[in-house]
Amino acid sequence: MAPRMSHLLAATSAGVLLLGLAACTPDVGGGAGSTDSAGGDAGSCSNEIVNPDAPQVSVWAWYPNINTVVDMFNKTHDDVQVCWSNAGQGGDEYAKFSTAIAAGTGAPDVIMLEAEVLPGFIIQDALVDLSEHGADDVKANFSEGAWKDVSSGSSVYAIPVDGGPMAMIYRSDIFEKYGIAIPTTWDEYAAAAQKLKDAGGPFMGDFGSNVPAWFTALMTQNGQTAWDYDSASPQSIGIDLNDDGSKQVATYWQELVSKGLVDTQDQFTTDYVAGLANGSYATYVSAAWAPGYLTGAGGAATGDGAEWQVAPLPQWDASNPVSVNWGGSTFAVTTQASDKDLAATVAKELYASPEELQDGIDTQTIFPLNQQVLASQAFADAPIEFFNGQKANGEVYIPAENEYPGYTYSPFTTYYYSELTKAMVTMIDGSKTGEQALDDLQGTMTDYAKAQGFTVE
Amino acid sequence: MSVSAAARPRRRRSIRRGWIGWLFVAPFGIVFLVFLVAPLAYAFYLSLFSKGLATGTVFSGAGNYVKAFTDPEFLSGLWFVLRFAVVLIPLQMAVSLAAALVLDSLTTRLSRFSRLAIFVPYAIPAVIGTLMWGFLYSPVFGPLTGIFGAINQSAPDILSADNIFGGLLNVVVWQWAGYYMIIIYAALQGIDPSIYEAARIDGATPRQIAFRVKIPMISSAMVLILVFALIGTLQFFTEPQVLKPIANGAITASFTPNIYAYNLAFQFSQFNYASTISFALGIVVFIAVYIFLFSTRKRRGGFSS
Repeated sequence: MAPRMSHLLAATSAGVLLLGLAACTPDVGGGAGSTDSAGGDAGSCSNEIVNPDAPQVSVWAWYPNINTVVDMFNKTHDDVQVCWSNAGQGGDEYAKFSTAIAAGTGAPDVIMLEAEVLPGFIIQDALVDLSEHGADDVKANFSEGAWKDVSSGSSVYAIPVDGGPMAMIYRSDIFEKYGIAIPTTWDEYAAAAQKLKDAGGPFMGDFGSNVPAWFTALMTQNGQTAWDYDSASPQSIGIDLNDDGSKQVATYWQELVSKGLVDTQDQFTTDYVAGLANGSYATYVSAAWAPGYLTGAGGAATGDGAEWQVAPLPQWDASNPVSVNWGGSTFAVTTQASDKDLAATVAKELYASPEELQDGIDTQTIFPLNQQVLASQAFADAPIEFFNGQKANGEVYIPAENEYPGYTYSPFTTYYYSELTKAMVTMIDGSKTGEQALDDLQGTMTDYAKAQGFTVE
Repeated sequence: MSVSAAARPRRRRSIRRGWIGWLFVAPFGIVFLVFLVAPLAYAFYLSLFSKGLATGTVFSGAGNYVKAFTDPEFLSGLWFVLRFAVVLIPLQMAVSLAAALVLDSLTTRLSRFSRLAIFVPYAIPAVIGTLMWGFLYSPVFGPLTGIFGAINQSAPDILSADNIFGGLLNVVVWQWAGYYMIIIYAALQGIDPSIYEAARIDGATPRQIAFRVKIPMISSAMVLILVFALIGTLQFFTEPQVLKPIANGAITASFTPNIYAYNLAFQFSQFNYASTISFALGIVVFIAVYIFLFSTRKRRGGFSS
């Protein structure tokens, strides 16, 4: 750890960052419609420009199949061309976007963002209100919940692309071997977990401290309305993280952990995916994108004889089921876009045509939120190979998505997740009860919001 | 008269020579100003302002610094790197010094191979080395479960909050001991062999030569690498950042001051406070190095004279 090395590393990474920004700098001239610069700047795109005479819109996105999608888009559009580059996945891209916002330059025209980070960028005046640029044209394409995720009051800040309605993925072979019935309530889930353990079986599931968004969704399922926030009055926020429903969920999972019924392994790690493949877990409470992750980026989670099936998410009150969402992505237009109408057109139309969506479905890259897909019989009846031919979309995911009521995010989601992770660690190691952890979290987040200049109601 | 007449042309020549000197320094000077001084100045400027998510930017002067040095997150990170330095540096010194002394007294082909083998970890990029250790520590992929299972014990989880200190310690020592060994070894090679001969004639044992002759004569090299190690440890970043995703929450967003600054800037959009944290860390590093150099000054002076 000689200082020289650290400096070298820092300098190198800064250099890489700058290069990245330079490569991703939008073609301002091209976006404005000047044909002469478009050809010259094409070199900075990661894709081929099909119609060099059309104005260009720069896009940052990280979908694994985005290259194909962009090519499809460019071939079918004479009036606009997408100049795409990959600025990193999730946090990496947000870090570059944050830097570009602070610098006032360097952001793309259109950017792929997860719904949960939208308010954090809205409050920095980084995103364009698309309701002024024809967002309502495509409103009918999405469920109410999906649209609420990208809206704040009457404003719309992004166009949804894919979502993550949650469900319970389970190993039917393990369930059969130990005589477990599919749990429909969380009580049944806990009873099944106990039964598995008593019979010397694997863990029922996993409570990983690195998936605060997952835990937030489960608390939301039991009535948590964490944030009362509207970007129209960005200085005030209501915070309610320690209501009785949330505490019930926290206590429930802490009990499962302390009894050794679920594992506490961080998710999205090689260890965790290996555990899924080798039968260490009977269930994986996750979202609609999980099969794609497990077969693609996650690697060989389809281990020997692993038979995966999916069932609706267990409920707290079976007579009053609640759908929740984990993850999902959108296209937003940045305030640095030179031609906001044109950028809004791209946000609305990119990854939205039937062919483009079909490629996303075929490659298991996305769970589309477009109602044309969700309502189609072909999508509902498609046998999913990962689930051994189960018609998972029609049976589980489409109903879950259609009942999803939407969520209001806070403008400091990343900080909240960081604090929630700490709270989950204390729940796992037993240094705090679930109730204490949430009470403390409420205090921490209230203090943070005040320190950031919010009026906390 | 004759003195001034002689002095004048010489002075003119020295002015011209100075001008040419600046020309030679210019490439370095420009890079130094543009890529080091200017960013530092800008970061310092940023650190004097504060901006909340819901508020505008206001001048706060030293306010951010007061906040930083009373911020429990920053202080706990600082406490961690200080503890880490106190354990790591002596351990690392002992390992690299021992390796260098042994290699220095061996002259077989084995010594050249060993020198290379000990140095190789330094040639592996820190990120890759840390990832590799991450796999070795893994309860699923690593050998620990198997080794402890063979004696019917459950393997310790090195990536847990209690053990991460030792886990990181091991990675850093592995990575850097070879580098420090090479510096010490080079210093040892610079010693005149006739001194050893003289010591042997005076009846010194190999052990006495090592402790009474070699180590004192390379003390300035030792001080140099101690300063390297101290600064590097206080700026600890890469290894915990790489292990973070697999550490089950043991590595937090404010684990070390540098990680805290990084997260503040790029995760929580607080560039001003992140600049303050960076400068506050710089102040701490400066003070620590000054204290260290001050406390070793006398001894060093004695040997260099």
